[in-house]
Amino acid sequence: MHALRTWLDRRIKWILIAPATLFVLVLIAYPIVFTANLSLTDAKRSTTRPSSFVGFENFWNLLTDTHRFWPAVGRTAFFTVAAITIEMILGILIALSLRKAFRGQAIVRVAMLLPLVATPVAVGVMWMLILEPNTGVANMILRNLGLPEPLWLADPSLALNTLILIDAWQWTPMVALIVLAGLTQIPSETEEAADIDGAGLFKKTWSVILPQASGSILAALLIRSIDAFKTFDILYATKGPGGGSNHEVETLNILAYSLSFDYQQYGRASAVLVLFLTLLICVVTSIVLMRRAVTR
Amino acid sequence: MRKRITTLGRGAMITLVVLGFIAPLAWMFLAAFKDNASITDPSQMIAFTPTLKNFHTVFITQDFAHYFFNSVLISGTSTFLGLVIGTPAAYATARFKLGGATGFIMFARVIPVVSLLIPWYFIFSQIGWVGTYQAMILATAFVSLPMVVAIMAGFYNELSPELEEAAMVDGLGRFGAFLRIVVPLSTPGLATSAILSFIFSWNAFLFALVLAGNQTMTMPAAMFQFMSYLGVDWGGLMAAAVVITLPVMLVALFLQRYIVAGLTAGTTKG
Repeated sequence: MHALRTWLDRRIKWILIAPATLFVLVLIAYPIVFTANLSLTDAKRSTTRPSSFVGFENFWNLLTDTHRFWPAVGRTAFFTVAAITIEMILGILIALSLRKAFRGQAIVRVAMLLPLVATPVAVGVMWMLILEPNTGVANMILRNLGLPEPLWLADPSLALNTLILIDAWQWTPMVALIVLAGLTQIPSETEEAADIDGAGLFKKTWSVILPQASGSILAALLIRSIDAFKTFDILYATKGPGGGSNHEVETLNILAYSLSFDYQQYGRASAVLVLFLTLLICVVTSIVLMRRAVTR
Repeated sequence: MRKRITTLGRGAMITLVVLGFIAPLAWMFLAAFKDNASITDPSQMIAFTPTLKNFHTVFITQDFAHYFFNSVLISGTSTFLGLVIGTPAAYATARFKLGGATGFIMFARVIPVVSLLIPWYFIFSQIGWVGTYQAMILATAFVSLPMVVAIMAGFYNELSPELEEAAMVDGLGRFGAFLRIVVPLSTPGLATSAILSFIFSWNAFLFALVLAGNQTMTMPAAMFQFMSYLGVDWGGLMAAAVVITLPVMLVALFLQRYIVAGLTAGTTKG
């Protein structure tokens, strides 16, 4: 008994971390190797059909595919950059306006949490009803104001932009909450010093308050970039397989999903995923490095 | 004067924020209690005769009670699994400076689920697990584990090691100190990680879309299937949306402190 305890205590760090590491190895690391391997084969149709090695053919086909692949890369980049720009700007503005305690604070905080916790598929369907071109409440209001009525999700040239706005509705609160947490940690002395120096509200905010919250702002940017890049639920729930009839909202994630589970082109889909993952890791690494440089 | 303008501006901004976030959800809740004629009738936007017909469609015609049970079972079990294997890992990384190990586990936060679904689907179909609860639970733990590790590692970084050290001096081994001293002290952190990981497991859609069978389908995937069945039965769809989102919204309402703590864990420092 004593020997067992000493044995356990001596190896405690490895024992404690072993189950989680095993989980990651078996369910994440191995599958990634599996995907990388599959991307070099012509696997399709059935999971039990024997596949043969085709080298980099899938990659070559993708990199020369200007019909589906490159537009999907473009849409992924556009969706991510646009959604994050809106969410960061609005989120920081909201956080700044909520910084000081006021009456009704609790209501505002709940109002921000609700979109954030709502199930994305339900959020997608909810907006489909609101933005329904003929009977939806959004166009009903626009009609009464005498404004033009867009077709929103039903318009192939507008669908992606509409989904960016829906994403912003759901995730701006996340940015606001994270930045707000950072802002509340700023000691009040620095702000008082700025007031004594006679700095205006804009100048004070820009050069005194925000720089001190840069750690939180970059953390919010990092979290949102990772998730915006991978957005799937609202795109697939509102536009279905292939990102709509003209592939108008087909991002890399939707393309990879549709290739594998709507068209059973596993080899090709794996090649998309390998490229997608590489891109994602580059983006995340650069934000992490940026954050390190700022917080140090 | 200037002060009054900024206060007014702030008030307007806050009102706008609250309305902007609440109004669409309120619309969804109202529509769930309307029949399809009232949903599209401008004169019945607010004043209408409420009906429970849509919930009848959802629960009786579409067997949503079963999917609700599946959602509870799968999110609950995967959250539990995440806590059981994630908490010791978080403790080890915080106390023994195994930063690399956390990075390894956090990698799960970065990769897109789709890149794992193909291999999972291949592997699970070879062992006959597609459509089973165990496949759904393991897959969903992919959401809960990184969340638990992130929140708990932050928690243990803040927790002073003095109590454990005292316990070890008193003769408890490191292992005993972890189980009998550290775990009970971790209740707030465990609650935060449990709540967050439950919410995000509950909302997960993609796993169920590929790995669930009719018996193990969770609500988000079931709702997606209804969209093709129900067509434009907006009332039915909104009732389904209410059934899915109401539980997480109630959690947000009553446990907001924990959710905010979990979402912002580790973000205020470098």
